[in-house]
Amino acid sequence: MRTENQKAWFFVLPVLALVAFNALVPMMTVVNYSVQETFGNNQFFWEGLGWFEQILRSDRFQAALGRQFLFTALILMIEVPLGIIVALSMPRKGFWVPVCLVLMALPMLIPWNVVGSMWNIFTLPKIGLLGYFLNDVLGINYDMTQQPLSAWITIVVMDVWHWTSLVVLLCYAGLVSIPDAYYQAAKIDGASPWSVFRYIQLPKMKTVLTIAVLLRFMDSFNIYTEPFVLTGGGPGNSTTLLSIDLVKIALGQFDLGPAAAMSLIYFAITLLVSWVFYTLMTKDDAQ
Amino acid sequence: MKKRSLIPILYIAFLMLPIYWLVAMSFKTTNEILSGFSLFPQTFTLENYIAIFTDPTWYWGYINSITYVTLNTILSVCVALPAAYAFSRYRFLGDKQLFFWLLTNRMAPAAVFALPFFQLYSSIGLFDTYLAVALAHTLFNVPLAVWILEGFMRGIPKELDETAYVDGYSFPRFFVTIFLPNIKAGVGVAAFFCFMFSWVEMLLAKTLTAVEAKPIAAVMTRTASSAGYELGLLAAAGTLTIIPGAIVIWFVRNYIARGFAMGRV
Repeated sequence: MRTENQKAWFFVLPVLALVAFNALVPMMTVVNYSVQETFGNNQFFWEGLGWFEQILRSDRFQAALGRQFLFTALILMIEVPLGIIVALSMPRKGFWVPVCLVLMALPMLIPWNVVGSMWNIFTLPKIGLLGYFLNDVLGINYDMTQQPLSAWITIVVMDVWHWTSLVVLLCYAGLVSIPDAYYQAAKIDGASPWSVFRYIQLPKMKTVLTIAVLLRFMDSFNIYTEPFVLTGGGPGNSTTLLSIDLVKIALGQFDLGPAAAMSLIYFAITLLVSWVFYTLMTKDDAQ
Repeated sequence: MKKRSLIPILYIAFLMLPIYWLVAMSFKTTNEILSGFSLFPQTFTLENYIAIFTDPTWYWGYINSITYVTLNTILSVCVALPAAYAFSRYRFLGDKQLFFWLLTNRMAPAAVFALPFFQLYSSIGLFDTYLAVALAHTLFNVPLAVWILEGFMRGIPKELDETAYVDGYSFPRFFVTIFLPNIKAGVGVAAFFCFMFSWVEMLLAKTLTAVEAKPIAAVMTRTASSAGYELGLLAAAGTLTIIPGAIVIWFVRNYIARGFAMGRV
């Protein structure tokens, strides 16, 4: 068991200093902007909570938030079951295990803008493999730059391509930690594959699955670079997710007040949902 | 058994297709790309790669990226080690709250921090340096490194520490000569994750640099927009960014599954 020792704070101090510098100073800057109005020349006026009200009421923010939740829900619904299925069907031992793991992890190590460019090249009509195959072989009219539905399918498939392996690797880690004796016992009892999954494999994967869902939620909710490079938020505003909209307001229009207010609302939502996952996770740890 | 292995094979094939296409494109001439569809490069060319290796703005992009990523990895792991030790061994006032607060930084959207970071690092004179990007990336890498290392350290029994103290080891000597070798795998995995997230992030890296420390990602966006439609060149640059990741991942292949589970299985 861990012992009580207040001197442990000294060990934490370097991390605290570094992260505080990186997190608190920018966060205070954001808070500062969010309650003020500026007309340039570094002159600021007190605005109170006006920006927050304006953002929360604006159709633009609500639409971006809706798209964001839709995107996150879609990718979680696809990536989690798919990840579990792939992990379950992977070999447990032998030469192919490291090969599989390395190949699966590869998409996660590609810089995010390259992921966007890669999918752009892959899906271009006439030039890209997928674009050519869909348009010229199957005869489906597919053009990401014109049709919102095509753009949506593309960014969802891109994210599935990019991050399902995270779920696979996490689940796989949970699965290999199950001792063989469990399976032998199940065999003797004549358990069906479903009950092996339900009563042996799933409970063992519970912790790692929570980590997977938590990480996938946080990262997909904050996603910016890949869809920005691929679609630029278009066609129209159809794939403008929260981060893309935020960067448009902050760095494009330089509306610091509304951007800061939106940042804080955005962060609060991420925090709230993540906190729910985190409490569930640590509750499991304590048991 | 045969039927079951079909799923991973199909899945890996799906993962490899876009990568194959990127690599295939990088060996094609611009003419071939624009003239029509071809599954394999018809006129195999290395001119895209030659263009990258002879142009300083291109290859410096890679050097810059690798420099700040390495700097960030060393920095993150070094500060995370003692902190993870404290979290895994001791209870102290506010430990749970602190741990969660650290994790919240992993949740912050990079887009929120882009502008304030620019102002912060400009005001302390670090704008456009490797250190600025390396420090900025500690925001999400340090919490992650603490999290992973804490998971691995928890697996080491406390008796190891106590025996060492009885044998007359001082804390630093115990930590370096006994404890660290025991959590080698954890350090490797933490370093791998820091490398990975610093290597793939580009919004902050791009915002915090202009000329001197410009990452490869920024060089690529410039090419994509200004030099017209040089898809072959873009594909070659993209292919080259996959290589460092592939090398690093090969080193940790045996720990990767456990590493992704943050040592929590």
